[in-house]
Amino acid sequence: MSSPRSSARQYGVALRAMLVFTVILGVAYPLAIMAFGQVALPNQANGSLIQGGSGAVGSSLIGQSFTDAQGAALPEWFQSRPSAAGDGYDAAASGGSNLGPENADLIAAIADRTSAIEGSDGVTAAQIPADALTASASGLDPQISAEYARIQVNRVSAARGLPVATVSALVESRIQGRDLGFLGEPTVNVLQLNLALAALPGQG
Amino acid sequence: MDLWFAVLQALTLALVLALIYRPLGDYMAAFYQSSRDNRVERGFYRLVGVNPRSQQTWQSYLRSVLAFSLIGVLFVYVIQRAQAVLPYSLGFPAIPSGLSFNTAVSFVTNTNWQSYSPDVTMGYSVQMLGLAVQNFVSAAVGIAVAIALVRGFAQRRTGTIGNFWVDLTRGVLRLLLPVAILAALVLLAGGVIQNLTGFTDVTTITGATQSIPGGPVASQEAIKMFGTNGGGFFNANSAHPFENPTAWTSMFQIVLMLAIPFSLPRTFGTIVGDKRQGYAILGAMAAIFVVSLTALTLFELGGAGTAPLAAGGAMEGKEQRFGIIGSAIFGTASTLTSTGAVNSMHDSFTALGGLMPMLNMMLGEVAPGGTGSGLYGMLILAVITVFIAGLLVGRTPEYLGKKIGPREIKIASLYILVTPTLVLAGTALSFAIPAVRADVEGTSIWNPGLHGLSEVLYAFTSAANNNGSAFAGLTANTPWFNTALGVAMLLGRFLPIVLVLALAGALSAQDTVPATRGTLPTHRMQFVGLLVGVTVIITALTYFPVLALGPLAEGLQ
Repeated sequence: MSSPRSSARQYGVALRAMLVFTVILGVAYPLAIMAFGQVALPNQANGSLIQGGSGAVGSSLIGQSFTDAQGAALPEWFQSRPSAAGDGYDAAASGGSNLGPENADLIAAIADRTSAIEGSDGVTAAQIPADALTASASGLDPQISAEYARIQVNRVSAARGLPVATVSALVESRIQGRDLGFLGEPTVNVLQLNLALAALPGQG
Repeated sequence: MDLWFAVLQALTLALVLALIYRPLGDYMAAFYQSSRDNRVERGFYRLVGVNPRSQQTWQSYLRSVLAFSLIGVLFVYVIQRAQAVLPYSLGFPAIPSGLSFNTAVSFVTNTNWQSYSPDVTMGYSVQMLGLAVQNFVSAAVGIAVAIALVRGFAQRRTGTIGNFWVDLTRGVLRLLLPVAILAALVLLAGGVIQNLTGFTDVTTITGATQSIPGGPVASQEAIKMFGTNGGGFFNANSAHPFENPTAWTSMFQIVLMLAIPFSLPRTFGTIVGDKRQGYAILGAMAAIFVVSLTALTLFELGGAGTAPLAAGGAMEGKEQRFGIIGSAIFGTASTLTSTGAVNSMHDSFTALGGLMPMLNMMLGEVAPGGTGSGLYGMLILAVITVFIAGLLVGRTPEYLGKKIGPREIKIASLYILVTPTLVLAGTALSFAIPAVRADVEGTSIWNPGLHGLSEVLYAFTSAANNNGSAFAGLTANTPWFNTALGVAMLLGRFLPIVLVLALAGALSAQDTVPATRGTLPTHRMQFVGLLVGVTVIITALTYFPVLALGPLAEGLQ
């Protein structure tokens, strides 16, 4: 068995080791990465912010709601997925619904969302893709599927008085394929699509 | 069509890991066995006051592990309690004592269970000084213990198993830190943030305000994955676009978390002087991984259950950029290692899909398991396997030339009893004590009914196996869960380490016995099959009853 002295020695070593590791790993390492990021990759390091006319309008990585103050969907904007982050796309409260596959609240929410989209977009339930009816894991999903973007084209064109072909062409040009051709899923970034929409002649 | 993408992604992952296996495995074997220190390390040893050439008995090695870990717990605890006076705390108050205890234990034990929502709880100082540091050192401790066990097999009649402080230091400085730096830069390029800006308010195109968070995320994300830690900077963990912005960063994170655990069998084979032994262990790990990944992918693509059927697919709690396939592969890797990071919400998986991460952890996280803990867990199962095989033919079992006698088999048996005891006792107590049950059912459980039992079972499985993922609907920031899960994490980490080091000591004191015609060869397919069989049977017998009450019942409804 060890003497009390050698035990005390172990704790002294442990304490000093922890202090040194904290300086190297807890201070020097993150600050070095930060210095590199701020110099070499400032856009990414600072959150991939998108600048509008008067300052940033959001981040290309963080999804947003396109609703009025009461939370009702604005028909002239492409809509993001349902969100469980705060009251919806609250970037200070990321998270999913965590509702299970047999949860009654989730089943009811999916039914509500289905009828809402049927009404607003003039499509049948079978045409609505799963991402339009479900909340993402982060609640901040910036993207939707190509199918969900396509079924919104008629509504957005009508609300803006634009030809369907124009809006449809815009959507098709904004579809991002899988990373490297096989990773993940095809997506459309909703904020970037809406900004492109607002930049069309006569819109804004 | 979907399945082809799944196969392609799995093959890509296998190819990358195969390319890493030899160089990383050999590199670890070389530097853990080296008798030379570089200048930085010599300075470090002088500063902290250790003699790097002294060899420790298993008892001494264990005392060092425990002393270092206890200091770690105190450190992280105090930093959280002092949050209010630390800089860059975003105005967050001190963390309450129960939560501080739970979190300190969680990060020191390589679990990274999070009873809290980091977005609104942890400032940058706590994340950097407390949590990120433990992400490095808890991983290095795990690898050190595994290397000590491997030395026990490799050495003859020495009675010593190396020097903990040297193993710890080299693990951090020669492996974890250099790779973390490179990985952080890759993640930065992919869009992971690294700043100290706090929240930035932006006015959206509809005139609303959105608060965009900041933080030193890339540096923490890199070691969170490479050290199989898993504790997210944000509540949404690797589903958050600032932690994991694209499908390719997600694949990169999967490679990071599997790199060390899948390469350690090479290190093992190299140190014991028979690389075929490493391939056998690797084979058993890979076989379980492939089967588990296939099952989860098929369950989620199948999309069974009322809500997934109503939505036309199991996309609740999944990100569009990863999709179902990218979520299944991440979830499998995360729960078959001790990582516990999530890029999708396991609580919202289909019933049988949600069973898979639980089952992965219940296997003991050995395929490939956490950094170090995966290898030592699998070697314990190998010892059990040669023992069972020896019983069948009536011979004294041996493994790698070491006799598996009563002492060795007692240690191995105790090891495999520890986590099931913690999981089943913890889950049972949550419902058996009337006051606790009322609190668990009233406050903690999010999804009522069978799924609620699964949430509690998942929590104890995750804590006792030091995984850290969750059926995150469970509200775990309560006195019962903070305490019970904290205890489960502590015992689930350190009782196995005590037993592994005791086994290492017993083995290293032995001489080797020459292999004879009656020795079971442990490098052939036959042994791989036996090892997988033993792993699966032990788990199935232990957990089937409780799984039948939760996810199986829900899936068969």
